[in-house]
Amino acid sequence: MSDQKKPKRRDFLFTASYALGAVGVGAAVWPFVDQMNPDRSVKALSSTEVDVSAVEPGKSITVLWRGKPVFIKRRTQTEISEARSVKMDDLKHPEKDEDRAKNPEWLVMLGVCTHLGCVPLGDKGDYNGWFCPCHGSHYDSSGRIRKGPAPTNLEVPKYEFINNNTIKIG
Amino acid sequence: MSDHNYVPSSKLGKWFNDRLPLLSLSAHLREYPTPKNLNYWWTFGGILTFCLIAQIITGIVLGMHYVAHADLAFDSVEHIMRDVNYGWLIRYVHANGASMFFLAVYIHIFRSLYYGSYKSPREVIWIIGMIIYLLMMMTAFMGYVLPWGQMSFWGATVITNLFSAVPFIGESITNWLWGGYAVDNPTLTRFFSLHYLLPFLILGLVILHIWALHVPGNNNPVGIELKKPSKDTVPFHPYIVIKDLFALLLFLIVFAFFVFYSPNILGHSDNYIEANPMVTPAHIVPEWYLLPFYAILRSVPDKLLGVVAMFASIFILVILPWLDTSKVKSAVFRPLYKQFYWILVIDVVLLGYMGAMPAEGTYLLIARVATAYYFIHFLIILPILGKKEKTLPIPLSITEPVLGGSIKPGMVKKKEMYN
Repeated sequence: MSDQKKPKRRDFLFTASYALGAVGVGAAVWPFVDQMNPDRSVKALSSTEVDVSAVEPGKSITVLWRGKPVFIKRRTQTEISEARSVKMDDLKHPEKDEDRAKNPEWLVMLGVCTHLGCVPLGDKGDYNGWFCPCHGSHYDSSGRIRKGPAPTNLEVPKYEFINNNTIKIG
Repeated sequence: MSDHNYVPSSKLGKWFNDRLPLLSLSAHLREYPTPKNLNYWWTFGGILTFCLIAQIITGIVLGMHYVAHADLAFDSVEHIMRDVNYGWLIRYVHANGASMFFLAVYIHIFRSLYYGSYKSPREVIWIIGMIIYLLMMMTAFMGYVLPWGQMSFWGATVITNLFSAVPFIGESITNWLWGGYAVDNPTLTRFFSLHYLLPFLILGLVILHIWALHVPGNNNPVGIELKKPSKDTVPFHPYIVIKDLFALLLFLIVFAFFVFYSPNILGHSDNYIEANPMVTPAHIVPEWYLLPFYAILRSVPDKLLGVVAMFASIFILVILPWLDTSKVKSAVFRPLYKQFYWILVIDVVLLGYMGAMPAEGTYLLIARVATAYYFIHFLIILPILGKKEKTLPIPLSITEPVLGGSIKPGMVKKKEMYN
C-alpha cells in the first residue's frame, strides 16, 4: 500500500485477484462438502405406504421410513380423551392433540426421541405414552414431551390416508 | 534446538548430511539433554508413541479384511474373528489398544496437570496435545461404529444427534453428517474413510508435539527451567531410551493381560448384536474413556446447554495455561494446589462412574455436583489459587536439593553457587 489515500490501479488488481481467488476456492470446495449430503437415491425413498388394517385399538406398529422408525398407534378412547384434556400450560412444547392427530384414532409420528435420536419404548413412562431409555424423556399419549431432556414433541411426519386401511407416509 | 554442530565421521555420511541433515537430526535426538530427575510418569510419551504405531499397523491389517457396508460390516468383523489367520489377535489388539491408548493419554495429561507442564514456555506443546486428544476421541468414536453392532449404531446416532442441538441449522448438519435421514450405509462408509485418515493426522501432530517439546526441553518434577546441557541433564540416549523401554515393557504386560485374558471386558456385549435401527438397547453407554464427558452432557437438563457444557469441558483444557495464574509449575511446591489436584482427579473419576449409571435420582444429583465442580476447579479455583497461594521455596537447580540435603529457604538465595 502506498502512503496516498487514493487507491491505485495496483490495489484494485490485488483486491480483484483475491476476490476472484476466494470465489474459485469456494467453488472448488463446495462439491467436496455437498457430496456428503443425502443424494438423489436417498431422497427418492421418501415415501412409504403402510397397510394398517390389522392394527387393533390400543396397539401400535413400527415401520421404517427413510431409515427411521415411525410409530403408528391406534389409540383407545381413554388415550384420546386423556391426550385431549391436557392443559396447554402443562406442556413444554404446546401442541393440541387435535393438530397432531387429525383422525383421533390414529397417531402417526417418528419414533425418534427429539433429544438424541434413540427409539422410545411404547406403553411406558409417567404419562401413559412413551419413554426414552437413553436419557429418560417421558412422552404422553399424544407423543408430547412431558418430562426429561428432550426439547420438543415427537415429530409428526407428513402422511395421509389413501383409503381406510392404507397410510402413505412422506 | 540444533545448537550442536554434528559432523558425520564417514565421507558418504558427510556428503548425504550436507544435502539432507537426517544424521544431524538423529544426533540431536540422541544427545537431547533431558532432566535427570524425570520419574516414571514421564515415560508415557514413549508409551503413547508405541500405542499410535500399534493402532496404525493393526488398523491397516484390519482394513484389508473389513468391508465397510451396512449389510456386510458386521459379518466381515466376525469373519476376521473366526476365519482370518490371527484375525482374532489383531482385532483384539486394535480394540483393546484403543483403551490402552486412552489409559496412557489420561496418565500423560494428569502428569502434565500435576507438574504444571502446560505452563510457559510450553503452552504450544499443551495445545497441540489437546488437539491430538480431540482427534483421538473422534477417531475412537468412528472406529467404534465400524463393527456395526447395536452399540455402534446407537452410539453413532446419539453422538451425531448432538449437532441437532445447534439452533436453526441443526437438522441440516445431522443430515449432512449422515448422508441421509438417519445413520445408515453412507454414514458407515464415510466414518471408515475418516477413521483411516485421522490417525495419520495425529501422527503429524505428534511430530509437531515433539518438535515443540524439543525447543524448551522437558519439564521435570521440580518444575524449574534448567540450563541445558548441564549437570542437571542426561543425554536422551541411552538413559531415557532404556527407561522408556522398561516402562513400555511393564505397560505391555497390562496390555497383554487384556488382550489374552479379558479381551471383551472393556467393550459392551450389545455390540455383538447386529445394528437394528428399530430398537434402541435399554441402556446405552459410550466406551469408558468418554464417560466423564457423557456424564457432563447428561447432567444438564437442557439439550443445547448440555452439548455446550460437554464441548466447553474439553475447550476449557485448551485455555488452561492462561487460567492457571501461578508462576510455580510443580505441585510439589504448591501445597494447596496439590490438594485441589487430587480432588479434581476424584471428581473426574466420579464423573466417569456417573456416566455409566442411569441418569436419574441420586446418580443425576451427584453427576450435577461433579460437573459444577469440574468447571469451578478450572474457572474459579485455579485463577484465584495462583494469586493467593503461599508456595514453598523453589530450588535453583535439580542438583541443589541433593547436595544440600533438604530444601531450605536459605538455599534459594545462593544463586551464584550454581549458575
